[in-house]
Amino acid sequence: MDAELHELSAGYALDALEPEERDAFERHLAECPQCQEELASFWEVAGALAVATESRAPSPELRDRIIADAQAEKQTVVSLDSRRRISPVLAAVTTVAAAAAIGLGIYSISLSNDLDSTRSALTAQENAAALLADPNATSVALQSGTGRLVVDGEGEAVLVLNDLPAAPAGKTYQAWIVDGQVPVSAGTFASTDDQAVVPIPQAVPDGAVVAVTIEESGGASSPSLPPIAASNPV
Amino acid sequence: MRLAFKTVVPSADQPVSWSMRKHHAHLSDEALVALVARGDDSALAELYDRVGRVAYGLAFRVLRDDRLAEDAVQDAFLAVWRTAAAFRAERAKASTWILTLVHRRAVDVVRREERRRTEPLDEATRDAATSESAEDAAWLGFERQRVQGALRQLPDTQREAIELAYYGGYSQSELAERLGLPLGTIKSRMFAGLARLRELLDDGAEEGSWTPNSTN
Repeated sequence: MDAELHELSAGYALDALEPEERDAFERHLAECPQCQEELASFWEVAGALAVATESRAPSPELRDRIIADAQAEKQTVVSLDSRRRISPVLAAVTTVAAAAAIGLGIYSISLSNDLDSTRSALTAQENAAALLADPNATSVALQSGTGRLVVDGEGEAVLVLNDLPAAPAGKTYQAWIVDGQVPVSAGTFASTDDQAVVPIPQAVPDGAVVAVTIEESGGASSPSLPPIAASNPV
Repeated sequence: MRLAFKTVVPSADQPVSWSMRKHHAHLSDEALVALVARGDDSALAELYDRVGRVAYGLAFRVLRDDRLAEDAVQDAFLAVWRTAAAFRAERAKASTWILTLVHRRAVDVVRREERRRTEPLDEATRDAATSESAEDAAWLGFERQRVQGALRQLPDTQREAIELAYYGGYSQSELAERLGLPLGTIKSRMFAGLARLRELLDDGAEEGSWTPNSTN
């Protein structure tokens, strides 16, 4: 059975698997270093196949549209679906791409330290990567700090922080959902390479703010002010 | 094997600010992704200028429709913009990552739209408007020939399976049905073919070691 799964790495790299096999291979990928290595190199071959096609000049407007997408996300709150045709299958496709990207370590998501089960950690990472790339999700700018908060229609959210040095020795970063009087902890996390991509474990309600503080290792039950980063209201 | 994209000199149909160029032109694709992660849209523009034509050529080859191909590229670049902060350059080349996103979108759309009316093996894209700079065209031309040469060295059955899957967007099951072969045969051919292609490309890269943009 493993040999059969292993052989799927080629079909996976060429996007030629049916959904069930794609899922089966991704589950296998997470636990098989050999397939991880194989898929990484097969993706390079697929990249070579891409280069072998005739390159082609798209309309100049495509460049403008791509830059407009990016710039729109810098605004306070922009609902993408108000501006773009959204393909309903995109979110599902993104999940697939995210799963492999996580499996190969192409994506690095900072998980809350509370999450220790490998399986749920993997799922949380995949969901976070998928949410980030979901064109239906909304990007909310930060009122302080560098980065953004990406939220979907159900309030599922991922906080992306840039220029965030590692927390001082003995300290940790902690995220909070601030909605009303009492901030609720959304878990502690670390920063690697001056960046943190943090899945928020609970739904973020409309109008709430996600904030980040520095706390003693292990986290606190209420935030130490002031926050080092905070989003605009969702 | 190396597929890093050369900096493309701006062409007449793609006016680009020179100050931006000066700022980003010397950066590797991976460094650009790091800037994109920090919200630098001019870095995204530079990445698009480097990879966009190949990405669009690929999407068009699969989709055979200008609008659908542009949508696939646009969606992929939105994913690049959004997920750049999570991208780890030490694990994958940026160009490979972007092309993977583009291909995934294109194949998904082609399956949904059932657009594959044209035999994907014919070279119907010769009329592609190519306004690349001479330097860029030379490098891409070299790389394209190298890959096409490697493809030609594959046994016909393996090449057919790979080309129909990657350029035609056919799944392994669809191919088995179309070619009247057991699914297991298709899987084996695709795996053996891709492994052989990897070998051929690696050999070529080591001997030639003609790497115009050695960014990593």
